[in-house]
Amino acid sequence: METGELIVRLVLIVVIFLISLVIAMYSTYAERKIAAFFQDRVGPNRAGPAGILQPLADGAKMFLKEEIIPTNSSKFLFIVGPSLAIMTACIGSAVIPWGQQIQIGSKLYDLQVTDINVGLLYIFGVVSLGVYGIMIGGWASNNKYSLLGAIRAASQNISYEIAMGLSIIALLMVTNTLSLKEIAAQQHGWHWNILRQPFGFILFIVCAFAETNRTPFDLPECETELVGGYHTEYSSMKLGFYLFAEYINMFVSGAVMATLYWGSYNYPGMDWVAGHTGPVIAPLIGTVVLFAKIFLFIFFFMWVRWTIPRFRYDQLMDLGWKGLIPLAIANIIGTGLWITFFK
Amino acid sequence: MESLSNKRKVLESKPLNLWERIYLPAVVKGLSITLKHFLFKKDVTVRYPEQKREFSENFRGMHSLKRDEEGRERCTACGLCALSCPAEAITMIAAERKPGEENLYREEKYAAVYEINMLRCIFCGLCEEACPKEAIYLDGDIVPADYLRKDFIYGKDKLVEAPLNQ
Repeated sequence: METGELIVRLVLIVVIFLISLVIAMYSTYAERKIAAFFQDRVGPNRAGPAGILQPLADGAKMFLKEEIIPTNSSKFLFIVGPSLAIMTACIGSAVIPWGQQIQIGSKLYDLQVTDINVGLLYIFGVVSLGVYGIMIGGWASNNKYSLLGAIRAASQNISYEIAMGLSIIALLMVTNTLSLKEIAAQQHGWHWNILRQPFGFILFIVCAFAETNRTPFDLPECETELVGGYHTEYSSMKLGFYLFAEYINMFVSGAVMATLYWGSYNYPGMDWVAGHTGPVIAPLIGTVVLFAKIFLFIFFFMWVRWTIPRFRYDQLMDLGWKGLIPLAIANIIGTGLWITFFK
Repeated sequence: MESLSNKRKVLESKPLNLWERIYLPAVVKGLSITLKHFLFKKDVTVRYPEQKREFSENFRGMHSLKRDEEGRERCTACGLCALSCPAEAITMIAAERKPGEENLYREEKYAAVYEINMLRCIFCGLCEEACPKEAIYLDGDIVPADYLRKDFIYGKDKLVEAPLNQ
């Protein structure tokens, strides 16, 4: 790899890292504000105009709070838990293509940190690593609520990963590649995968809710039964890391869904736009479109949170094993038949 | 058993049909309801310190010690308010009016010190009823918050009405 490309990559890594952190920060604000609007309230409105500085105030509060490590906890693992959670949340975005190739000077650069040919598997690996942060943290706390929350998180993630993987298989049969860059490029213009895999997308988004521990699948931290769930014993910035990891996960899974099903950086009329704006501006517009899609998904996550109540544990397992997995398998068969007879 | 009032409703819980069991239509319905709130419903919040809800006419807020038409303090330190107070929030020290102070105090005896502990006060208004001189009324605003307990003991500096010509 030559120096120019290396610099572009490094800049890209830093920028994406910052963007995911800022988005996670402002997701907390957006969540509170959106929750307020859904409930006919105002939401945070004291720190800065319309409460825009609220995340900074929250962050400062998190850092300044007393940090408590329980005496009977396993100290090393207690610290490893949140670190692992936030690390796996952050590295997930490495394979996502953020735009088309951009021309700087006379050379073309990918707007993607790395294009590994099994990018989808990488994302799956990282997502399933994410549950270790919760597991280790909950277990190391030496608290029954934390342990129960961690066990719930683990069983939930394992169950829904299967359905998620199966729904992806149907998508792979259509795209014939695991590389996210190619999947994104295939959906040029309006040829989005949602049109070819609408059912698979519904399965995928339900599983994505479960994987990110969002309502209606937020059993690992359900306050009514488990105090704080897996982060009951956590305080200060270690708690902040867990909360941050959840929002970064939301951002990354929004990005994955936008890339896999909703056309990534593609939008109808992109060729016309590219013809009129040139090879520098057009990819950036594509990136803006991608981010708009991601924000819509984040909004959707929050919208569902304030609509649907939490599942009971047995209902969760019932839906996962008896509902989604058979449906995902049926989807694979259906896709196979469709490819065989209509293509 | 036969229902006597005829008000009893028999509810039957039918098993869910397919449409209900696939759950998604209900989710979509719920989402549309919440979206209506998000988009169209106005918030009902009263933005408190900047914006205040109107009090009712008989609202009992902070006490004020009244003056008469000539601007003299009405209170004669009889102690009936302190006696009537169920929360024992009121204390006072009486003093005798000196010659030359007739323009300050209406009666020969007055309250040199008059203190109400706002943390004890329950704003029942019994002091107002007990007062024979119409000297105390709970006609003020909400008692403001503060940091120290000692600052909630309000003396005459905070309770007595402003003099007439000011």
